[in-house]
Amino acid sequence: MLIFEHSSKGRNGAPQSPVEKASVTDIPKNLLRKNSAALPEVSELQAVRHYTRLSRKNFSIDTEFYPLGSCTMKYNPRACNTLAMLPGFLNAHPLTPDQQNQGFLACMYDLQSMLCEATGMAAFSLAPMAGAQGEFAGVAMIGAYHNSRGDFDRKEMLIPDAAHGTNPATAVMCGFTVREIPTLDNGDVDIETLKQAVGPQTAGLMLTNPSTLGVFERNIEAIAKVIHEAGGLLYYDGANLNAILGKIRPGDMGFDVIHSNLHKTFSTPHGGGGPGSGAVGVAERLIPFLPLPTVAKEVTREEGLENESYHYLTAKDCPQSIGRLSAFMGNPGVLLRAFIYMRFLGREGMVRVAEFATLNANYMMAEAKRRGFTLAIDQRRASHEFIITLKNEARDFHVSAMDFAKRLLDLGYHAPTTYFPLLVPECLLIEPTESEAKEALDGFMDALEQIKHEAETNPELLHAAPQTLPVKRLDEVRAAKQLDLAFKPGASV
Amino acid sequence: MSEVPSELKYTESHEWLRVGDDGLITIGISDHAQALLGDLVFVELPEPGTEFVAGDECCVVESVKAASDVYMPISGEVVEVNESLVDEPEMINSSPYDNGWLFKVKPSANELDELMDADAYLAEIEE
Amino acid sequence: MPFIPHTDQEITQMLAIIGADSIEDLFDEIPAHLRAAVMQAIPPGMTEMEISRLMQQRAEQNTKAVCFLGAGAYQHHIPAAVWEITTRGEFYSAYTPYQAEASQGTLQLTYEYQSMMTALTAMDVSNASMYDGASSLAEAILMAVRANRKSKSRKILLPTTVNPVYRQTAYTIVKGQQIELVEVPYDQTTGTVTLDQIKQQQDKQGGDITALVLQQPNFFGCLEAVDEITDWAHENNILLIAVINPLTMAVLKPPGEWGGNAHVDNNNNGADIACGDGQPLGAPMSAGGPYYGLLCCKQALVRQMPGRIVGRTKDLDGKEGFVLTLQAREQHIRRSKATSNICTNQGLVVTASTIHMAIMGAKGLENTAAACFANNNKLVAQLTAIDGMEKVFSATHFHETVLQFDDLAEDNCVADILAALMKKGIIGGYDLSLHYPELGHALLVCTTEMRSEEDINAYAKALQEVLCSLNSTQTAALSETA
Repeated sequence: MLIFEHSSKGRNGAPQSPVEKASVTDIPKNLLRKNSAALPEVSELQAVRHYTRLSRKNFSIDTEFYPLGSCTMKYNPRACNTLAMLPGFLNAHPLTPDQQNQGFLACMYDLQSMLCEATGMAAFSLAPMAGAQGEFAGVAMIGAYHNSRGDFDRKEMLIPDAAHGTNPATAVMCGFTVREIPTLDNGDVDIETLKQAVGPQTAGLMLTNPSTLGVFERNIEAIAKVIHEAGGLLYYDGANLNAILGKIRPGDMGFDVIHSNLHKTFSTPHGGGGPGSGAVGVAERLIPFLPLPTVAKEVTREEGLENESYHYLTAKDCPQSIGRLSAFMGNPGVLLRAFIYMRFLGREGMVRVAEFATLNANYMMAEAKRRGFTLAIDQRRASHEFIITLKNEARDFHVSAMDFAKRLLDLGYHAPTTYFPLLVPECLLIEPTESEAKEALDGFMDALEQIKHEAETNPELLHAAPQTLPVKRLDEVRAAKQLDLAFKPGASV
Repeated sequence: MSEVPSELKYTESHEWLRVGDDGLITIGISDHAQALLGDLVFVELPEPGTEFVAGDECCVVESVKAASDVYMPISGEVVEVNESLVDEPEMINSSPYDNGWLFKVKPSANELDELMDADAYLAEIEE
Repeated sequence: MPFIPHTDQEITQMLAIIGADSIEDLFDEIPAHLRAAVMQAIPPGMTEMEISRLMQQRAEQNTKAVCFLGAGAYQHHIPAAVWEITTRGEFYSAYTPYQAEASQGTLQLTYEYQSMMTALTAMDVSNASMYDGASSLAEAILMAVRANRKSKSRKILLPTTVNPVYRQTAYTIVKGQQIELVEVPYDQTTGTVTLDQIKQQQDKQGGDITALVLQQPNFFGCLEAVDEITDWAHENNILLIAVINPLTMAVLKPPGEWGGNAHVDNNNNGADIACGDGQPLGAPMSAGGPYYGLLCCKQALVRQMPGRIVGRTKDLDGKEGFVLTLQAREQHIRRSKATSNICTNQGLVVTASTIHMAIMGAKGLENTAAACFANNNKLVAQLTAIDGMEKVFSATHFHETVLQFDDLAEDNCVADILAALMKKGIIGGYDLSLHYPELGHALLVCTTEMRSEEDINAYAKALQEVLCSLNSTQTAALSETA
């Protein structure tokens, strides 16, 4: 039932707003609204009950194991939320003068510094509001860098075929053309093809390492050399940073620019699809181009005492910047949560993230093999995620990866990522994260094994799944053809 | 097994062409292509009167899982489009070679010989 | 170890299954000479108690002054229930609803959001949100260029009454696409953009314009002549992009109803695309975010819409349910041909905003917006009663107003006055000198429903004192030089 269907004309909750409506007769009539907006009229209790009930129709990390590959669904510590919502932060107007905003700015400056250290980059901007915007900033900086050197013909971005869809979409948004580079069966980039592809038109290469195939790119140094010798720059898509945090840094691998999804690696909540953060880090030569604003620290001496203060840098300070990406500076509430999480972990905790994420993934991969599943890439270490291909099951029993996914929901597990990467047929991309205990991993593997058995004996059970959730499989064709995107009073589905 | 009518011409990007008595060429997407795309939910047709060069993107067919460009197989002017697809895009699934045609073109050059015949196309999609 | 559950025994068992001697072995594919050293610049880990202390201290360092600052972010009351429900783990720690059956909560809520936003804006379609108001304007411009096939110029008219940081953001995001953003100056008397100025700019640009942006209320708080300008745009095959503050739409004519006074085809009424920042509907100011961008359009443009959209459909049993729809437009399928690279949006803030709108209802939002308007009138009346303070523009103001300091000496600036007010516990407004130097010593003040009679009186009193002391120092300085 929709909130609109709980509505009764004339019902109003409203101790939350001014009780009387002030006069607006000074506003010319033709600029005024004629009829009230058709919003629901419900009591506060009705709204609270409705949305609490809706929340219970969701799977979430707090309620289920959520091994969604490429998304790093780790535990979101509650303290990060509580402390980011202290009134001192919530009531800060974004244009408050810097001097009156020092507590917040100090957190942002520290976050920039910690991200530099964790990734091996020279400077960071927290401005991008999600991974895709971080990519945009990174690719735009590559363009700005070439242009600043009068190198105007570098218009082609190289992207491995295993990449996230955002990579090519971003490159095109920034005015580049895209050239795909194939991936070898062992998961590494086809470096011979790459050598043929580079030239004076090459702007750069966008790479995820470990790749979306769940393996570490072993030839990274050779790749960096090929790109740099051709005059291009190397872009690091930080989607999989969780796998290597504290073990190897993108800066040390030769990357010139990276974005980090703070909502993955640094545990800010996914919130049903955002808000995220795609902070960007750069090597020395790209610092002038960082998106604005960034936060700087100033140390002054007064009567022998050191005074630290923080301020925003804007276009006046950084004339070569690619510019602003939002009205203020990214998603500060998200940035605060990432800052708190990093301070929880500290330098020793960073390394453990990668260690236990990798331990969990390799353990599950070994278990999958032991239980008779086919791995997309055999004989290699898993990073923090790995891929099962169900092509044999699909061929023999006419069940798809989607059927497996839906049946998992029935058994109380969120499904892994399905049908990505596109290179692997009927695939499940499984990422357990470091915060899951062995029991959860074993329970999931038992469920997967059970489903495999069901596929052999009773495939109908898979086709009909899920059976235990609020709805059964939904008609996506109907949704796309008979578009119903908003409730209109009087109309029904 | 996909249906591949022998009297039509084909492209590698899965368009088919039928030469009419009036010299106009009717274009659609093959049975094989519609099967790959799955249930179609939307078609974005070209504007009649628009001139295209062979290889131009001229039309988009969209299913739940994919949106695919249709490439103009020959150079010419679009003279008529299949308006009934706006409400019933599923006709491309049910009748790719008849009711599911996309548009008609008045060709500006003779490029038909460069296209595949049914046997060649069949070999292509069986690969 | 923080947030890692493994016991020593489990680690041993797991390594045995893997066939590795140590966790370190799992990283043996990484070249040894590239391995990271200890990260000295990151401090050691802290306990929850220690972090709480640190964060409390830092939160305390931020000012508690009374806020008369707007300029794109507004302090409104948010019912306590809103964020209580929003931060339930089931909303907070879920991800994008790719598995529809296991995400009906988020999906239905998003559908309800789309319904409420279309009701508020009187537009046909809303998406599930963009990042913020500024980036949603950029996406609206990209969308208009894709949608307006009758126009070839890729020129967008962008009046300077549109929020300056929105204009900067739009420029950053669209400049890779050969799109030209053409400024239109505002009328210095009214504080709005006039049709004459728009037409002049159109002529200068050769006539073919793809879209025109119009902000209501505009950055100065003034109300633009939306009907007249919308009709003109449509007569000239120009798409109209509305930038709105959604809270004010509870009282003001919504973008879907703009125009329609003249001899224009009735179906063509209304803005073609509406965007703006959803912050005034349930998001705390929070130093700049997270907020969310609203983006709505006419039905005909739905396939040009970027970002996620939820649709209502049926399941196998015919039961109502919700799914992400029109996904073929998006980057994970369409890759380099996607309508935008956006994937993550601002889901959790939209959750809050939906609950906020449900609890407030149209009546609550109307009363709130009307109180903002009335309070602003009170503030402006009090401040302009002070000697040397003038209201600059003649157009009707909603809840922000530009004031000028007439008698300020050359070497004084608005920043000094704001600093002095701050010492008295008042954030006095937004200094316009950076973006609008032509206005001289000008200040943009804002009131919301949260500013009480006492707050307003306190501001007037403080400003009077600040100006007095400034005058006496000036007089003193003058007599010294004399």
